[in-house]
This record gives sequence, structure tokens and C-alpha cells, in this order.
Amino acid sequence: MTDGARVTGQIAAHNGLTVAQGEVESPHSLIVRFSQSDPLVMDSGVTLAPLSIAYQTYGQLNADKSNAVLICHALTGDQHVANVHPITGKPGWWDTMVGPGKPIDTDRFFVICSNVVGGCMGTTGPASLNPTTGQPYGLDLPVVTIRDMVRAQAKLVDYLGIDELFCVAGGSMGGMQVLQWAALFPQRVFSAMPIAAGARHSSQNIAFHEVGRQAIMADPDWEGGRYFNSGKRPVKGLAVARMAAHITYMSDEALHHKFGRKLQDRSAPTFSFDADFQIESYLRHQGSSFVERFDANSYLYVTRAMDYFDLAADYGGSLAQAFRGTRTRFCVVSFSSDWLFPTSDSRAIVHALNANGASVSFVDIETDKGHDAFLLDLPEFFATSRGFIDAAAKARGLPPAKDALRQG
Amino acid sequence: MSEFHRPLAGSSIRADARVDLLVIANMVQPGSRVLDVGCGDGTLLRLLSESRNVDARGMELSQKGVNDCVAKGLSVIQGDADSDLADYPDDAFDYVILSQTLQATYHPRRVLEHMLRIGKFAIVSFPNFGHWRIRTQLMFKGRMPVTENLSYAWYDTPNIHFCTIRDFVAMVDEIGAGIERGVALNRWGSPIRFEAPWWVWNLFGEQGVFLLRRKP
Repeated sequence: MTDGARVTGQIAAHNGLTVAQGEVESPHSLIVRFSQSDPLVMDSGVTLAPLSIAYQTYGQLNADKSNAVLICHALTGDQHVANVHPITGKPGWWDTMVGPGKPIDTDRFFVICSNVVGGCMGTTGPASLNPTTGQPYGLDLPVVTIRDMVRAQAKLVDYLGIDELFCVAGGSMGGMQVLQWAALFPQRVFSAMPIAAGARHSSQNIAFHEVGRQAIMADPDWEGGRYFNSGKRPVKGLAVARMAAHITYMSDEALHHKFGRKLQDRSAPTFSFDADFQIESYLRHQGSSFVERFDANSYLYVTRAMDYFDLAADYGGSLAQAFRGTRTRFCVVSFSSDWLFPTSDSRAIVHALNANGASVSFVDIETDKGHDAFLLDLPEFFATSRGFIDAAAKARGLPPAKDALRQG
Repeated sequence: MSEFHRPLAGSSIRADARVDLLVIANMVQPGSRVLDVGCGDGTLLRLLSESRNVDARGMELSQKGVNDCVAKGLSVIQGDADSDLADYPDDAFDYVILSQTLQATYHPRRVLEHMLRIGKFAIVSFPNFGHWRIRTQLMFKGRMPVTENLSYAWYDTPNIHFCTIRDFVAMVDEIGAGIERGVALNRWGSPIRFEAPWWVWNLFGEQGVFLLRRKP
């Protein structure tokens, strides 16, 4: 039995609808709907309306609305940062970082995270209904950029009545959004944490994304993006896309330690194309579990948004210009074994910030965990995050953590 | 107690701070913008922000030093004085500080020129290779001097560009910078009398601390 056959598709909870369609109809989240009269103006030159934004919040907004933290999620993440995920039943993707007493302390801060435009967890995306046809958008949704995602988040922040965010934080594609926030709305970002990110998507990164997209589009069940009519899902293509991408999230060293050349439940190779090696079995599992929760068309849109990201290009080729005169406090974080967004990408951001005399901290965390390290429990990462956030909170005049109060 | 050694009100780390750091901290005007190049574990940055209400930033070569600093809430980046000062714009800071690091740079003169470009003032402290103990070791033992302050053997020392106080003053002159204030500290960390002639400083100062100003 192949992994593709084992996968039943994302049809489950919503009467034959995909997870993405189910989340559009009745999201497991707070949702704000902007009407036709309040459209999202997009980089592609068109407007998107109506616009729904699905989001989660944690903690309490204080009286002068100065303690809001916006978390930006990565490519396949969503708004369920620190609660049990409604589809997978797993813990929130960043509940090591966000929660009571955690570095992003929900006892002190009002934490917001919204699903990105083009996503599949309730925010307007390819599974949403196109008002002109009454059918899901499919590929008729305009191509989305990182700046479009950020503009949509700004509409949500406006709706919540917040002028200035105390902190905007995120890893990978989330880090791209953090940089875009700081460039687009400098006066609205008191502090910023771009983690395991870059100011542009590299040629190599675009190449990996293209492999993933081609795998999806080569799946006959994709049907030009109109698979919602047939009841089939391009699960094989999406699983292959995930498998290819997942390789880029781990370091060679970590793969070697975890799997090496070890065989899966057998003592000798089978002289077949079965998953003899543990790494094959692991990747197949990653692929098949991914398709249960993620929409193939969304994968096309969100990877494209990352590909198009080149912050310097928007400012005449100079990244320093993107941050001109910034008063935001930055903490740039990279991981030594991340080859998707290598330390040199973070260093380029730091150089551009230095060129503006900006307040910037930069830590490179020594680890073999690769790009995904930002999602993992790394004490040094949390210690530096806590130090930065506490110092920024002090500078913003926010009260210290409960523990600090008790101690002194 | 000299004016350079007066205790720094509000600081929690005066007692174990290096003497030259106290001297440097007292050269900095309260409320100014400071970049500490080679900030180590952030002792001077903390001293400055706690006692002088300074907007203090740091650059440090060792990643561990950087991470420790950031975990303490200090604004520090990993970087190299030789290569990374070039990124900073002119006049980004009031003071750029280089404490006990000049002798470890590849291009001390270029580093100093960048410091005076980035900051209105530069503050430099460095070990004086003209101190009588060093001279006598070389003269009588015929071997590269190893002292309490300079404890490395010649083959593993990070200090590749030693100078004497007179050498330093000559370079400052060549660059065209002005000496706003200068202090030579003896081996107990006390300043040598200001009116003493250069040769006294050069012979009895274990380290020099200079506040430099860019010539207009």
C-alpha cells in the first residue's frame, strides 16, 4: 500500500468539504469579516473583497493598548500558536515560546496571531468563495505577497483598536512578515524579532518551492486547481511537495544522527522501492500527515508569496533604505545549521539595520537542528528571547514578569 | 580618590569592574549614545546604562559573549571590529569605545578612523608595551614579556599589534584626531599625575585610556 492510498484526503469533519472549506464556513477561531466596501489592496494591482481574517488571541489587552504582540506564522503554520490544534489535536506550534511564564508571556502580553491571506485555516484563501462565481476561488484568487499578508494583518490590528504593537515576532516566512511590518509600518512596531528568516527568498529556496508546486500540479487529481468539484484531492502531489520541503528544514548532521542509513523494520534491503530506509519512512509519514491538514492550492499561493519576497528590491535595491530612520528595537536570530535561511541572511539584515544606527541585537544559536530549530525547545534561544523581550518591555514601560516582581 | 575613580551611582557592578572600565564610564556624558566595540560579557554596557542612562549598544566577536549579553537584555550584535564598523553611518553615536581590544585588531589605525567617523568621540584603552616591567623583561630575560595583564605566550596571543603610549599618541596625531583627555593607569589602577611628562606615562603606565575627538 502506498502512502498516497493510505491517505483518505482532507475530507472529514465538514460533510464532504475539505478542511480548508470547513474552516472558511465555520472556523475554529475568532473571525473578522471586511465587507466589499473595505477591500484589501494587493500588490498584484487588484483588490480582494470580501476579506475574512481568522485569528487567535491569548492574554489580556491592557488599558492603554500597549502590550500587544503579533505573531506571524510560517509557510505551513497557522493561527493556533498556543492552543491545541482543532484539526490535528497537537499542541500549538509555538507553545514552547508563547504562554503563561514563557518568553512571550501571556500573563503580561496580549498575543495575536492570524492565518495569512492565501492560507487554509479560515482567512480568505483559494478555498474561499469567489463572490463573482459563487464557487471556491481555486487559482482565481489573486497571487498574494508577503506585503499583502502584512496589510491584512494591519487591518486586523486596526479592527482591534491597537495603534502600536509592542512586538512583532515570527520565524521563517513569519520572519519575512516581521521585516515587512518594520519596513511598512515603522511607527507601529516597537520591537521586532525576525527569526530564521531573510530579507529575500534565495534562488535555491525558489527552486525547492518550484519542485513542490510542480509535484502538486502534476497530480491528476489537482485538476488545474478545481479539485473541489470532483471530491478528489491532489494528496500525492502535496505529500511529495511536503517531503521535498521537509528535507530543507533539517540539517544533514541531524538527519545523520537521527536516521543515518538505518533500515525501517527490517534487517536487510528488500531489493525493491519500498521504504527500506528509516529516512524514507519518516518523509512519507511527514507527507501523509501534512495532507490531512493542508490545502494544495494554499500551498501554491503561500510558497509563491515567499518567492516574491525581496525587501531590498522594494526600496531601490538597498535593504538599508527599507529601515531608514527606524526606531524599532530589533532582535535578529539565526541558527548555525539552518541552510534554508543561513546565518549570512540574518547578518545581511543586521548590516542594513546598523547602517541606520538602529537598535539591534543579533544572536546565532549553535545547534544541529537546522531551520526548524525555531520551533524546538532550545534553552539558549529562549534565554536570549526572554532577555530581549524583557528589556523591550522595560523600555516600553510595561510591568515586569510576575517572577521578577516576587524576587525583587 | 581621583575624579576618574569616583563610584558610579546606581550601578550594581562597580565592585568587580575592571579599573579602565570605571575610567571610561566617567568619560561618557550621561544620556549619550554609545557603541562598545568588543563588549565582552557586557560589563561596561551595564555600567553605562545603569549609572549614566546611556543608550548603549555593543559589538562582540565571540558568539557566547553576544548571547550572554542579549539574555541580560543588552543590545549586542556579533561582529568584528576590523570588518563590521564599515557598516555604520557617520555620526551614529556620541561615543565609540574600544577597551583593551585595539591590540587584537588587524588594522588598528583603520579601526580608530572608523570609530572617529561613527562617533563624535572615541574612547580607547590599551595595554602600554612601554611599561618598565615589559622593557626590563625583554632587556634582561631576552624573551617576550609575559605579565599579569598580558599573560599569553607569544605563540598563542590574540594581541598582535602592541604599542606604547607614545606610539599611540603618535598615531592619533597622524590620523589628525585630538586628545580630549588622557589617563595612564599604574599597575594598581591609579592614574599617574596628569602634569607628568610623556616619558613618565610611557614608563610607569600599565595601560592608557584616551578620549579622542575628531578634528573638525
